Amino acid sequence: MPKFNMDPKKHPMPVQDPAERRRNFREVALGYTAETAVEEAKRCLNCKNKPCIAGCPVRIRIPEFIARVAEGDFAGAYEIIRDSSSLPAVCGRVCPQETQCEGKCTRGIKGEPVAIGRLERFVADWYNLHGGGAVKRPQPNGHKVAVVGSGPAGLACAGDLAKLGYAVTVYEALHVAGGVLVYGIPEFRLPKAIVEQEVGQLKALGVTFLTNMVIGRTLTVEELLEEYDAVFLGTGAGLPRFMGIPGENAKGVFSANEYLTRSNLMKAYREGSATPVLHAKKVAVVGGGNVAMDAARSAMRLGAEEVTVVYRRGREELPARAEEVEHAEEEGVVFRFLTNPEEIVTDGEDNVTGMRCIRMQLGEPDASGRRRPVPVEGSAFTLACDCVIMALGTSPNPLIKKTTDGLETKPRGEIAADERGQTSLAGVFAGGDAVTGSATVILAMGAGKTAASAIDEYCRSKRG
Amino acid sequence: MYRILKRESLHPTVTRMVVEAPFVARKARAGQFVILRVDGEGERIPLTVAGTDAATGGVEIIFQVVGATTMALNEKREGDRLSDFVGPLGEPTKIAGLKNVAVVGGGVGCAIALPVARALHAQGTRVTSIVGFRNKDLVILEREFRACSDEFHMMTDDGSYGEKGNVCLPLGRLLEAGAAFDEVITIGPLVMMKFVAQATKPYGVKTVASMNPIMVDGTGMCGGCRVTVGGETKFACVDGPDFDAHLIDFDEAIKRSRLYAEFEREAREAHCNLYKKEVT
Repeated sequence: MPKFNMDPKKHPMPVQDPAERRRNFREVALGYTAETAVEEAKRCLNCKNKPCIAGCPVRIRIPEFIARVAEGDFAGAYEIIRDSSSLPAVCGRVCPQETQCEGKCTRGIKGEPVAIGRLERFVADWYNLHGGGAVKRPQPNGHKVAVVGSGPAGLACAGDLAKLGYAVTVYEALHVAGGVLVYGIPEFRLPKAIVEQEVGQLKALGVTFLTNMVIGRTLTVEELLEEYDAVFLGTGAGLPRFMGIPGENAKGVFSANEYLTRSNLMKAYREGSATPVLHAKKVAVVGGGNVAMDAARSAMRLGAEEVTVVYRRGREELPARAEEVEHAEEEGVVFRFLTNPEEIVTDGEDNVTGMRCIRMQLGEPDASGRRRPVPVEGSAFTLACDCVIMALGTSPNPLIKKTTDGLETKPRGEIAADERGQTSLAGVFAGGDAVTGSATVILAMGAGKTAASAIDEYCRSKRG
Repeated sequence: MYRILKRESLHPTVTRMVVEAPFVARKARAGQFVILRVDGEGERIPLTVAGTDAATGGVEIIFQVVGATTMALNEKREGDRLSDFVGPLGEPTKIAGLKNVAVVGGGVGCAIALPVARALHAQGTRVTSIVGFRNKDLVILEREFRACSDEFHMMTDDGSYGEKGNVCLPLGRLLEAGAAFDEVITIGPLVMMKFVAQATKPYGVKTVASMNPIMVDGTGMCGGCRVTVGGETKFACVDGPDFDAHLIDFDEAIKRSRLYAEFEREAREAHCNLYKKEVT
């Protein structure tokens, strides 16, 4: 047994220098070396309660994999993670560990928790770099399942079902698989090569990917049910929200979805890209989630001189991952807390010239338990900008609902599904943002996994 | 990959192509569109479906060369393949129950208006087609329009073919003479559709315009295609592309359509120069 490392602090993550990285799209966090990983792994006490596992939406056997890392058995560590997670290289990078596994870590009581996310990333990257080894294709069980959407929920569901011997076909509306992992999360936070690798792993397991297939248009759920034993809907959250303020349709106002899709999926950040993106000088991003951070940091990299995040609540209430906020600030993104836009100001040609905002103060707690921001009378001011990016979350895409008879939805339009993903239609399961509204990659993965086991049960019972 | 089954130049800057996409061919109805990418590095562009043949799996598109992407598309030949072709997207044009309709098309928009006129004709609707072009050389699809129209008006801006003037001229005359259209469907440049909407408004004739705004994904995700209709923000890709023309904020739509005009021009010139290098 290796000796414990009682250093109260995590090993810092090596990162690209902020002054340099704010102008390039290469990955910010560079990853642990093997030596650092082993040393960090020795910080895990392998405590009796293992609270970290309870904090993980897909229940990775965390102390077990960390023990393997401490022993230098990285392949063994990978096998343990892979039992629970289909996308370790992704989750190691984008999970909000501070509120999940690491938030529960015993070491966190006196000092910093074990750097579980960084270790997960190290193990996944090590495995991918060292050739991985042949994936065993499971024995086919004779059942076919269609997965709609190739984002985190769909990939997790497809991976688990494929391991059980199901013939899985994933239908993707865009021209490339990965969903939000490719169109939403920028290259500097999650390199697209990583997503490709993870999708490649699923292909090696026998999963078929069909791109350019919009379910609800190209084929309906009903048609899928004729061909497959079950259907999983992991269609994501869909339509971007806007504020409904004057000037919002001016040139230079974008949803974060559009701005990020142009930059990430369509590679508009590259010189000579066929897809245009506005290279603005002064950018205002409205919102405080991870998507807002991604948009702000992308704008900086696209050459903006000033990027301001405008958020109606305070710093404490920011829903973004702590690390993203920290990185954004290091890169020069300015935060204006307790500030809310009231109008987008334009010139005669409808180009954005500024955003009129009002200051807010926190009042009584609202339904979400957070204190509700209320405007401060007479505090309006105008923030000069030539581009506004709205990162206010999304509402469900109506396409599947509109084209699937009998599929029940919640009042706000999300697909209604029980805790196992069962919808109102027999053989149709759903999970991820399509059911919960905008949430995180790992929660969507968890929902995909849960639905996979429900689908397995359903198909077994059908087989009788 | 999606094979080009047929390619035909309608005139130097407008081309008709039939692309093999059986899933799209099976489902597409008049008024819907596809999004395509010419190659792996390409931009996603929306194009309206001009016709389908379920037997061969062919989907017809008619496009005008306006930017680098349509230029690259125009260089493709029969047997070549397009990297992506997805659809059908958007809501089909609502034609059920219509008895008497004027279809007003302008320029390359006529390629989109034609399948609507055909579908109306096929269900027994009386179709009055009014088509307008800048000049005689730019006229397309006249024979096809005549074949599905009960009444046909050809207009050119310079009078080099048909009647001189814009599409609002015969439309206004017909309305003034008491033509009892259930609906006017207009497809063409934004400015033309704006004037068609103005022409029909005093007569209270329901008018529908087909919008073709800037978009990326075409499934409701990006919100780039938003159009203000009756004071509300709508997404052309999932709520449209057809909207009540009397409620559309055309001035806003016109401004939004120019967002990437300069990029388009630069990309087109860059592409042209490359093209010149290749042929010399």
